[in-house]
Amino acid sequence: MLWNTLLLALRAIRRNLMRSFLTILGIVIGVAAVITMVTLGNGATKSVSDQISSMGSNLVMLIPGQRFGAGSSGAPNFKLADVESIRNQVSVAEAVAPVANKATTAVYMAENWSTVVSGSNNDYFKAGNWELAAGRTFTEAEERAGKAVCVIGDTVRTKLFGGQNPVGSEIRIKQFACEVVGLLKAKGQSAMGSDQDDTVVMPLRTVQRRLTGSQDINRLTVSVREGASIDAVKDQLTLLLRERRNIGETEEDDFRVLDTRQLAETLTGTTRILTMLLGAVAAVSLLVGGIGIMNIMLVSVTERTREIGIRLAIGALEREVLLQFLIEAVVLSSLGGLIGIALATGASIALSSLMGIPYLFDAGINLLSFFFSAAIGVIFGYFPARRAAGLNPIDALRHE
Amino acid sequence: MTDATALIRLSGITKTYGQGQAAFLALKGVDLAIEPGEFVAIMGPSGSGKSTVMNILGCLDTPSSGTYVFEGVHVEQLTRDQRALLRRNYLGFVFQGYNLLARTTALENVELPLIYRGEPAAARHAAARAALEQVGLGGWEDHTPAELSGGQQQRVAIARSIVTRPAVLLADEPTGNLDTRTSQEIMDLITALNRDRGITVLMVTHEPDMAAYAKRTIRFVDGRVESDQLNGGAA
Repeated sequence: MLWNTLLLALRAIRRNLMRSFLTILGIVIGVAAVITMVTLGNGATKSVSDQISSMGSNLVMLIPGQRFGAGSSGAPNFKLADVESIRNQVSVAEAVAPVANKATTAVYMAENWSTVVSGSNNDYFKAGNWELAAGRTFTEAEERAGKAVCVIGDTVRTKLFGGQNPVGSEIRIKQFACEVVGLLKAKGQSAMGSDQDDTVVMPLRTVQRRLTGSQDINRLTVSVREGASIDAVKDQLTLLLRERRNIGETEEDDFRVLDTRQLAETLTGTTRILTMLLGAVAAVSLLVGGIGIMNIMLVSVTERTREIGIRLAIGALEREVLLQFLIEAVVLSSLGGLIGIALATGASIALSSLMGIPYLFDAGINLLSFFFSAAIGVIFGYFPARRAAGLNPIDALRHE
Repeated sequence: MTDATALIRLSGITKTYGQGQAAFLALKGVDLAIEPGEFVAIMGPSGSGKSTVMNILGCLDTPSSGTYVFEGVHVEQLTRDQRALLRRNYLGFVFQGYNLLARTTALENVELPLIYRGEPAAARHAAARAALEQVGLGGWEDHTPAELSGGQQQRVAIARSIVTRPAVLLADEPTGNLDTRTSQEIMDLITALNRDRGITVLMVTHEPDMAAYAKRTIRFVDGRVESDQLNGGAA
């Protein structure tokens, strides 16, 4: 019975090609939209968390003020002495990099480029996982004397020097000339979407004297020795800084201690919300596809009712007719679902490579949208038929 | 009419449509016996109940009361599925409106009852081809109803009804949509099936010319059998 009914169902699909096509199309569009959106969203989330973890899982950042963004609450910036005391008192701190930033313009020959100059020390390169493509980092003498030397990122090199090797050349920052001693290897976009290679690094003292004109440090980056507990280090740093900043027992911290995991959570949380939003929008298209299917099925109910009457009259059992319609609905919906999944996979791979995010196959969303679309197809393909198959054959035959 | 050899016996069949005030009594107690091999024309004006009795005979509809015995089986006591099996194995239908599946070839239309019978593909194709041959449609197997004339569509319907070698052929105004010449061809075909293969034929018609092909005419008026007479073998 099953085999014969399968044959009947396939014949019915073949002779109603337009209807079958539209049913499949509704499902294909819905399924493809949902899967593509969610897959791209997942890829974006993964990309963000990847970039954060590429910063190293052993990083702790210290930022003045309680809110995100340096000095936003008027809390005092860090001082160079803080760096020294961290070095001395937190034994598991491998590298302690103070950072003072200043946005400015770098000029070489006729080219100029707006960028951010970061003043720091050689620990900056260690903590930030930076590698040199050419040249060297700072010497101790250069750091101590605040010499006008810099290490530049790949973007700055490209903008100012084109493909040339910049090491040994002098660029002009504000009013002073600065020798390029090193070139950093390209890192690409940061988790926040900014270009990490758009950077110029100078000794801290150089920036403080010539650019910011103050002793302030905007941020401290501490990398922790492997195997050490991040939480213990954070507690240690918090205690130390509270003491150094004269914060009373009852007072709140006026600085934040963040590790990369927290940073990752904050940022991936944002992209996850965006993914859900996109998924919801796409789910609407799945629903609209479902309504399209419902429409097609209901329009063809008269013809199908007569067809059911004919089948019953020549001796089909009610359950045989129902099984045929069920198979028909399942075959069409599954086919639509599978085509949708194939299309979504292709689109996701293409779009994620275009957007520079990783492609992640999400079995859950594939299964979910597949079964949802199958359910729509089955409900709207099967239930009108069930009503018709329950009629007296003569009533089904005479259906207007 | 109490012959024990009767193929079909209706006694006291009534059929009511609707309920309460709006109830309409389409059959008011019909008694009828049909022997194997008969060719019976059922006539009567519109609303006389001739189509209703035909649908009950064909198990397409159920009577409100009375008994219907088919080859010793009380049809009114059968379940829905048992009635379907009775249609499948003993009855063939020809309708005024042909009732073929649209966009489906003649061969597949004729095969359909055999698929429900579970016949293997090879036997099914052979039987369907033979049936089409028999109704004079050899070579038209791959045509869909839209590509066939009314007469040809009715021939396909007849081929579909006889492909299962039924005991009874029920024809409800089989020539109602056809011109005179084509009607005669169809009637010749039905007559030949009755004569050569011994299929019992019950045919509803309101055309005396068509009824004349039958051996017996039952006339309905107002939900009752008004007359029942032998034709003396016309045509």
